[in-house]
This record gives sequence, C-alpha cells and structure tokens, in this order.
Amino acid sequence: MPERVATLSPIRLSVNGREYQLELDHRTTLLDALRENLDLTGSKKGCDHGQCGACTVMLDGRRANACLIFAVAAQTHDITTIEGVGAAGNLHPLQQAFIDHDGLQCGYCTPGQICSAVAMLAEVEAGWPSAVTPDVAAGPVDLDESETRERMSGNLCRCGAYVNIVAAIQDVVG
Amino acid sequence: MKEFGYERPAHPTDALAMIAGVAGARFLGGGTNLVDLMKLGVETPAVLIDVTALPYDFVTDDADGGLRVGSGTRNSDLAAHLAVRRRYPALAQAVLAGASGQLRNMATVGGNLLQRTRCPYFQDVTKPCNKRVPDSGCPARDGEHHNLAILGGSDLCIATNPSDMAVALAAFDAVVFVEEPAGPRAVPIADFYRLPADEPQRETTLEPGALITAVALPALPWAANSRYRKARERASYSFAIGSVAVALDVADGMVRDVRIALGAVAPIPWRAYRAEQSLRGQPATEVAFREAADAELEWAQPLRDNRYKVPLVRNLMVRTLIELVQAS
Ligand SMILES: Cc1cc2nc3c(=O)[nH]c(=O)nc-3n(C[C@H](O)[C@H](O)[C@H](O)COP(=O)(O)OP(=O)(O)OC[C@H]3O[C@@H](n4cnc5c(N)ncnc54)[C@H](O)[C@@H]3O)c2cc1C
Ligand code: SF4
Ligand code: FES
Ligand code: FES
Repeated sequence: MPERVATLSPIRLSVNGREYQLELDHRTTLLDALRENLDLTGSKKGCDHGQCGACTVMLDGRRANACLIFAVAAQTHDITTIEGVGAAGNLHPLQQAFIDHDGLQCGYCTPGQICSAVAMLAEVEAGWPSAVTPDVAAGPVDLDESETRERMSGNLCRCGAYVNIVAAIQDVVG
Repeated sequence: MKEFGYERPAHPTDALAMIAGVAGARFLGGGTNLVDLMKLGVETPAVLIDVTALPYDFVTDDADGGLRVGSGTRNSDLAAHLAVRRRYPALAQAVLAGASGQLRNMATVGGNLLQRTRCPYFQDVTKPCNKRVPDSGCPARDGEHHNLAILGGSDLCIATNPSDMAVALAAFDAVVFVEEPAGPRAVPIADFYRLPADEPQRETTLEPGALITAVALPALPWAANSRYRKARERASYSFAIGSVAVALDVADGMVRDVRIALGAVAPIPWRAYRAEQSLRGQPATEVAFREAADAELEWAQPLRDNRYKVPLVRNLMVRTLIELVQAS
C-alpha cells in the first residue's frame, strides 16, 4: 500500500445502461454522484441517513439507498435510477398507476417510491417473505394490502399519500 | 467527513494484510452503519477495506446438519433462503423485522453483527459518551434512556445492542468464525459480545483487525418451532424497544427443551438462561411461562424512563411461548 493513501480515484459507473467515467473524492456518495456529477436529479435526498427511502435506486435490480453507499463502492453494479425506469411517453406501468391513483402530492418521495416498488415486485416474484408473512417457511406470498405496506415501509412520504400509493401498487399487481 | 482511502481486495489474505498495514483502516460491508457513522463524525477511518468482493457470500449445509452463512451474505438473501426459513424460522423473521427492504439488500451478516448502538449520545459527537470517548461520562443515565438497557449495563454505559438478527443467533447458539492476526478462531456467540463493565468501548472479544468470515448455525431439529417477536414504536422500519427469539421443544404437554433470547434490553443479545432453566421439564402452561419470565426479569435494573421494558418483554416471552405450544 502506498505511503500516502489516495483519497480520490477514477471511477466508472454504469447507470441506466450507460457508462460514465469520473474522478471522485471517495467521500462522494452514489446519491451525490448521480445528482451533482451526472445530472440525474430524479433520485432525491431526504435524510441522507437511510431513514426515508427518497434516494432509492436499483443495484443489479435490487433496491438500495444511494445515500449510504459511496460511489467508489458502487462501481461493480448496474445501477438503475428513476430515469431508467421510464420516461414521458414510455411510462412504466407503476408510474402510470401512480398518476391514475394520485399516489403523490408534492412528488418528492415519488421517484424513490417507484424504484422501490419495481424492485419490491421482483422480490415477491422471487418468493421472498416479509415481516408480516404468517409462515416464512411457506411458498409464494400473495401481495395483499398489509404485505404491500410492510414491504414499502422503507419509503416515507411526508405528504401522507400512502393510501393512494398502496392502491397504485395493488392496481399493477392486479 | 474526513478523507479516506479505499481498497476492495478479492482475497482474504490481502484484506488481512491491508487492515494490519494501515493505522485506522476499517472493513466496509454494506456500509449502512459505517457510512452513516462517518457522516456523523463518529467514525473517522483512514482507509476503508471493502469486504464485499471476498468469497463470503454463501449459505451452505454443514456436515453436522447445521447451516453455514458467509459473512458477506446480504441480510435479504439470508432471510429469503429456504433452509433458513424452514429450519431456523426465528432467524428469517428477525432479519425481516429489521430496517427496510432497501437496507436489508445492502447490509451484510458480518456488518449486522458489528453494528453500533443507537444510543443518541453515542451518535452525537457534541455530547460526552464513555463508549465513544472513554472516561468522558454517560449522559444517558440521567438523560434520554427510554430505549437503553435494563439488564447487563454498568455504571459507565447502559447502551443496548440494536441488532435483531443477533438475538436469533444467540437463541440458536451460533458460532462466529473469524480471522485474526494470530490466526482463525471459532467464537461461540455467547463469547462474542462483551458486557460494558469498565470498558464500554470494547463491545466484542475480537482482536483489532479481526475479519468475520462466516456464522454457523448448529443443527437443532426443533428450531423449526421457533419465532421472533419485536415490539417497536411504529409498525415497521424501526428499531426494537423489546424483542424475543424463542425455540420450543414440547412433548406431551411438557417442555423438553427451550431457547430464549431477548433484544433491546441489554448491551448484548441477552440469552435468558434463567428462564430456560426454570422451564425445562415443566408443564407447558401459561403459569409456568410467567414464572420463567419473572425468573429472568427479577434481575432487571430499570431506570426512570425504561421501566416499561420489564412488563413488555415479560409479555413478549409469555405470548411467544404460548404461540409455539399452539404451533407444535
Ligand atoms: C434507518 C435504519 C434503520 C435500521 N433498522 C434496523 C432494525 O430495525 N434492526 C436491526 O437489526 N438493524 C437495523 N438497522 C441497522 C442495519 O441492520 C445495520 O446497519 C446493518 O446490518 C450493518 O451491516 P453492513 O454490512 O451495512 O455494515 P457496515 O456498515 O458495512 O459495517 C458495520 C461494522 O461492521 C464492520 N464489518 C463489516 N463487515 C465485517 C467483516 N466481514 N468482518 C469484520 N468487520 C466487519 C465494519 O467495519 C463496521 O464497523 C437500521 C439501519 C438504518 C440506517
Ligand atoms: S449509554 Fe453508553 S453509549 Fe450511551 S451515552 Fe452512555 S456511555 Fe455512551
Ligand atoms: S436520502 Fe437516502 S434514505 Fe433518506
Ligand atoms: S408526495 Fe410529498 S413526500 Fe410523498
């Protein structure tokens, strides 16, 4: 190891299918790199401490809080932000459902809610139980309202749009 | 935040050489606790050694019928693993009761074991705290302690261990495998954590620079009849104010064997040996369960604002034991 420790590095990030080359101070979180360096401002900073879910992105399809991972440690993942989930004219079914059900008021938590919900549906598909699943040893779970609420509890909404957020997700599940 | 170096070794020998080679180097797992504490200025590592490229992301069967879980296994993968859900359901439930879906995807088993207390003074560098700065004092004793310890605390520190997962591991007598400068060591979970006594800054019996490699769950066929129950201040995404992991082996209405561990009541995941002892060979009745819970909690030393924990964990123990009788 060198005498003087390097505190910045060339960093390669793969975001929404595009490769980016940056040079970043190791202290830069993935959230700050996305917002400040890549101009992908869909991911929001609510608490910066893992307590709100506004910064939720997907790492290799799995939801994660971008505020608690340093960009330097995120280089091995394929990152998906809300900008990679859908776009105007080509909305993801969950985005359309949030519009149809008024699943938002100010909209600040919404990108995180939607990224979280996309990955959450994949977790259900994979048969993952949750804290409200009566028998964790049993097979697939039915994503009812209480399962939806528990699985989405990592995303807070200051406007309290929860009822409509749950309705939007339930709509997509069918 | 202080500047730091970053390394991501692929081989354990390199990771161990790096941690030994630089003062102030620290391992980085999912980062969900360490990164947070770095932002708060509580942790100031000179170098982070990311351990997520090490070959420790696995759950495999052990020859003795138990399970072995790699330290790099993400909390969500541990809880979703079918063998864990079927053979040690209280462990899957404990992990699922912690944090959020996002955080569980990031958090590793090794990092979960070593996560720090949520005592508000420990997390606030403008306040004294014996754990963070030895001999600076403990404002919690007369201050904000509603979620701190009723068992096992000392005059110097009454912090609680916040991990849900570790409570289930304590109930199942898990063994933690570590690589230390002196070589590999298998540490029973009962010897892994330290009570604060007069050194609250030392939370485990690990040597500095120890790398956690795996956790073994010994075979315990009746662990299939186990359950984790957690009380908290909101329904989800919140630390425990009291919790219990229980496994029960009951036959002909009698308790053949039982494991009970308590969370959020002590500086370590608290194995309720007294309650267990008072129950073995007794009828599996609510009366016996109440007596067992009281046998454990008789030793509680609650403070002004955490007295509620005594009836809370008593009821958690009794209710969970009753449910497990009904389930068997
Ligand atoms: C908002 C929020 C809510 C939470 N709620 C809960 C909850 O309800 N219940 C609960 O139990 N937890 C909860 N947590 C805590 C969470 O479970 C822990 O932060 C997580 O388990 C830590 O794992 P990690 O891999 O991210 O650890 P890191 O943050 O990477 O590391 C933690 C510590 O472990 C050390 N370390 C990591 N890996 C190794 C290794 N292999 N060998 C040696 N040392 C290692 C690091 O050096 C560091 O000191 C919550 C966290 C947040 C932010
Ligand atoms: S209880 Fe422990 S962690 Fe909390 S302030 Fe006192 S010494 Fe610090
Ligand atoms: S900004 Fe990341 S969880 Fe709040
Ligand atoms: S819509 Fe305003 S925070 Fe959720």
